[in-house]
Amino acid sequence: MKIKVLGPGCKNCETLEQRTRQALDDLGLDAEIEKVTDYTEIAGYGVLKTPGLVIDEQVVVSGKVPSARAIADLLRPA
Amino acid sequence: MSTSERTDTPQTRDGLPLRTLGLLAGGALLWIALYRGNRPFWDWLLGGLLRLDLEARLGSAVHFFLYDTVKIYLLLTGLMFVVGMLRASLDLDRARAWLEGRGLLAGLVLAVVLGVVTPFCSCSSIPLFIGFVAAGVPLSITLTFLIASPLVSEIAAIMIGDQFGWDVAAVYVLAGSVVALGVGLVLSRFRLDHWVEDMVFATKVARLRADGHVPTLDERVEAAVDEAKDIFSRIWKWVLLGVGIGAAIHGWVPADFFAEHAGADNPFAVPLVTLAGIPLYANGAGVVPVGEALFAKGMPLGTVMAFMMGTIALSIPEAIMLRRVLRPQLLAIFFGSVTLGIIVIGYTLNLIYA
Repeated sequence: MKIKVLGPGCKNCETLEQRTRQALDDLGLDAEIEKVTDYTEIAGYGVLKTPGLVIDEQVVVSGKVPSARAIADLLRPA
Repeated sequence: MSTSERTDTPQTRDGLPLRTLGLLAGGALLWIALYRGNRPFWDWLLGGLLRLDLEARLGSAVHFFLYDTVKIYLLLTGLMFVVGMLRASLDLDRARAWLEGRGLLAGLVLAVVLGVVTPFCSCSSIPLFIGFVAAGVPLSITLTFLIASPLVSEIAAIMIGDQFGWDVAAVYVLAGSVVALGVGLVLSRFRLDHWVEDMVFATKVARLRADGHVPTLDERVEAAVDEAKDIFSRIWKWVLLGVGIGAAIHGWVPADFFAEHAGADNPFAVPLVTLAGIPLYANGAGVVPVGEALFAKGMPLGTVMAFMMGTIALSIPEAIMLRRVLRPQLLAIFFGSVTLGIIVIGYTLNLIYA
């Protein structure tokens, strides 16, 4: 599983990354998290509002910071 | 995640979760109690228990500071929660779809409406700009959205409603919308696309799948709580700072100070305060209490409004951010026309409310 956190580096993006890590820990999963800060690349994913979360090239979150539990729900079926 | 059904909460026949409704009602009652009890509480604590003279300068300034701060916090969290509930169904992808292929005027009006209801985080402005322009939304409509979004902020509108009255808040929203619409109309007459950085048009924009999901009550409440929390954590310091400066002006600046120096008869007051507002990178929540204090000390309403709008809408960090997608010429046109619009609003309001 490849996970990307989209965002130029504001507070929301950092929180999203932390919660994603926590969700991975809770599920006992190990995955690589890549931070994408380049604006063109972010826009290329179609994300209009940062932060965004991408799992295996699928945008699953945009414009909000879900709770670690909600992120775990997104990670589980993959 | 629509498959995860909640079976642990009792539901009404329409599928409304009773627990959430109960919590909402409880929250509303608690909010009303706090709002009603705010003034009596400080009267009692400062006047009764600590025996401060609330008529004296220091006592009244302290009372004003505490009472006003708590009132603003309550208003903002309460109203932003309600706005957040309503806003849960709005998403920018659908907004972008609306904006594509409309006639110019309809597109501009929609852009203003969207800008007013969408909260603006400056770190979002670049992906948003690229996403709109690369998808084929005309530049003037995108720029109108980028003006309206910070210029007409609902936080500032709530604060103005509280401090100046809700009629002035309506004037603020209307004036900001007119500026955004006017600038968009004027800019649409020029060919400005060559002043946008090339990488914007070179970006291939993916489309998120619009699944037409209508949020449930639980999801709305969750989104609204998140929003109220997020806004509170971002602005509580600004409110403290703004009310503090406001209280100081109330207590220590002579009554007619601004009427003498920046009154309606000083023709340069409006542009001066607008420009003065640019380097003051303050949140709307911080600048409104200062504006109210300036107004109370004799500054005319239009001048105060120009000061507040200049501070809220124009900031150097945002200019630096936008420079990545706009060439300097277009950036200058963008900021110049917003400044001009705010100055016109200032003079107009001074004439109307003279």
